[in-house]
Amino acid sequence: MLGEGIAKGFVETARNFLGSYFSKDRLTTVQFPEERAPQIEATRDFPFLVYDGDDWQAGMRCVGCQICEKECPPKCIYIEKSKDKKPDAVGKPQFYPAVFNIDVSVCMSCQICVEVCPFEAIKMDTEFELSTDDRFGGLLWDKARLSKSNEYYRKVHPTDAAVSDAILAEEKAKAEAKAKAATESKANPALANAPQAGSEVPSTQ
Amino acid sequence: MGETADQFFVTLQHWLVGHAPASLQPILSSLLSVVAILGVFALLFAITTVLERKGLGRIQNRYGPNRVGPFGFLQPIADGIKSLTKEDIVPHAADKVVHFLAPVVLVLAAFSLYAVLPLGRNMVLANLDAGVLFFFAVSSVMELTIFMAGWSSRNKYSLLGAMRAIAQMISYEVPLILASVTVIMAAGSLSTVAIVEKQAGYTGILPHWFVFTPWGFAGFVLFMIAATAESNRSPFDLPEGESEIIAGYYTEYSGFKFALFFLGEYLGMFAISGLGITLFLGGWAAPFSFLAWVPSYLWFFAKLLGMIVVFIWVRGTLPRLRMDQLMNFAWKFMLPMALLNLVTVAVWHFLPQGVLRWIVCGLMVVVPYVLLGRGLTRGWKLEKRVYRFAE
Repeated sequence: MLGEGIAKGFVETARNFLGSYFSKDRLTTVQFPEERAPQIEATRDFPFLVYDGDDWQAGMRCVGCQICEKECPPKCIYIEKSKDKKPDAVGKPQFYPAVFNIDVSVCMSCQICVEVCPFEAIKMDTEFELSTDDRFGGLLWDKARLSKSNEYYRKVHPTDAAVSDAILAEEKAKAEAKAKAATESKANPALANAPQAGSEVPSTQ
Repeated sequence: MGETADQFFVTLQHWLVGHAPASLQPILSSLLSVVAILGVFALLFAITTVLERKGLGRIQNRYGPNRVGPFGFLQPIADGIKSLTKEDIVPHAADKVVHFLAPVVLVLAAFSLYAVLPLGRNMVLANLDAGVLFFFAVSSVMELTIFMAGWSSRNKYSLLGAMRAIAQMISYEVPLILASVTVIMAAGSLSTVAIVEKQAGYTGILPHWFVFTPWGFAGFVLFMIAATAESNRSPFDLPEGESEIIAGYYTEYSGFKFALFFLGEYLGMFAISGLGITLFLGGWAAPFSFLAWVPSYLWFFAKLLGMIVVFIWVRGTLPRLRMDQLMNFAWKFMLPMALLNLVTVAVWHFLPQGVLRWIVCGLMVVVPYVLLGRGLTRGWKLEKRVYRFAE
């Protein structure tokens, strides 16, 4: 008979309406600022610079090699190399970025900078509440804004951070072994043509 | 006590008017009523928008607005500020005068509908002898404004929306008025006040509302379906079908003019619900004789809120009709039912009171309903649709 389907529809919507007051499962909306849905581990949006220890300037892993700047498809990274050197994560004296800017309004979150970085220095962040009323200056992030500690990285991406830590530990061990060999060769002139520590860029590739 | 509360606003008005010089009293009295109607129904509009959004949200298993103020009830204020501060854009090619007039006249017409609605005992702005006629005459001005809006915008979507609106409103005005004519026949008057008084008595505790008769029930259902179409509400919202023609006749309206259209549409909906209450649901009368002590205007607004809830429920349930379905429904189902209902009310009037009258008139409603429904649905193939490439 005409109207049966309509009546069924009315019952269904009434059930939804009343049910939403009794069953919390029906309301799937996450009330955002108060509640937050858990993030999946692979979440990523914009890059940040990792530093070790407490001082972001001393612990900065970036050596200003500019590979990420050259690889960045939308060219959102700007780096100026320093004139002097400071010890890097492994302990060798290295250059550091005097200026490191990322324009996040240009960044497309492709993670290529992370892929190409040989120093485990740039990683992807999960921070997303980034709105600003200054669309140019507010979205151009400098070194200070980009720097985040390795502890933070361990927190947001634990699996990746563990891999990264392992690589760095291995590098450090290798560098220490090499330094030891160098001091031994200095003591023993027969091995004088061994490469000097600090004069080459360590490579993970 | 009950009497005082019931007549509170009437006495208040008399007392206020009494302070003015005699020559100004009639105009002041009308002015007070007008201001009261403007205030009350604009407030009801604000409440309804937030209730509707919350209700629809719950029907769709989400919260609806809950950020502005307690439980989101200050949302209409935020919306009002937003629409006031938005830029008012008039298309370059638009007929500017008509474009400006359309929303203004719509709201004016919508408000003048309330002149003849008895909101409570002795609470009617103008007790016209031809009140129902006045109501329908003014409500057709609202159709005109919709066409004004669509035509003056010089936009194909506006024009399409306006043409749909005119086709729809003219089609549904016929069953709307025929459904009301049954009440006019039964009450023997075109005055809304007289119609309410005709329904005022009680048998035992049950009221004599027209909806509690076979023809009244059929008339009420027909009236409400046609009223939904008249007020452009879902499922008859073809004139503004967002998914098809952007926003129909008010595509080119922005800022406060858009808000005025919104207001006019809701006011039209309240007014036609008010007329439905007046004609079929006993107006301001209490639903049971032992509840007659509750002030009459409270009953009117309780019924109005009930109607609004039904409108929201319908909007949350039914999908939009297609144009051919709309027209078929109006001309092949609504119109014959409304015409037959006129005969039914005559039969009801001339048969003696008793069970026989109920049986005969009941059959006169149910049998055409079943047959016409069968005729309307003949040729429908209701089966599970199979999508060749999507599954």
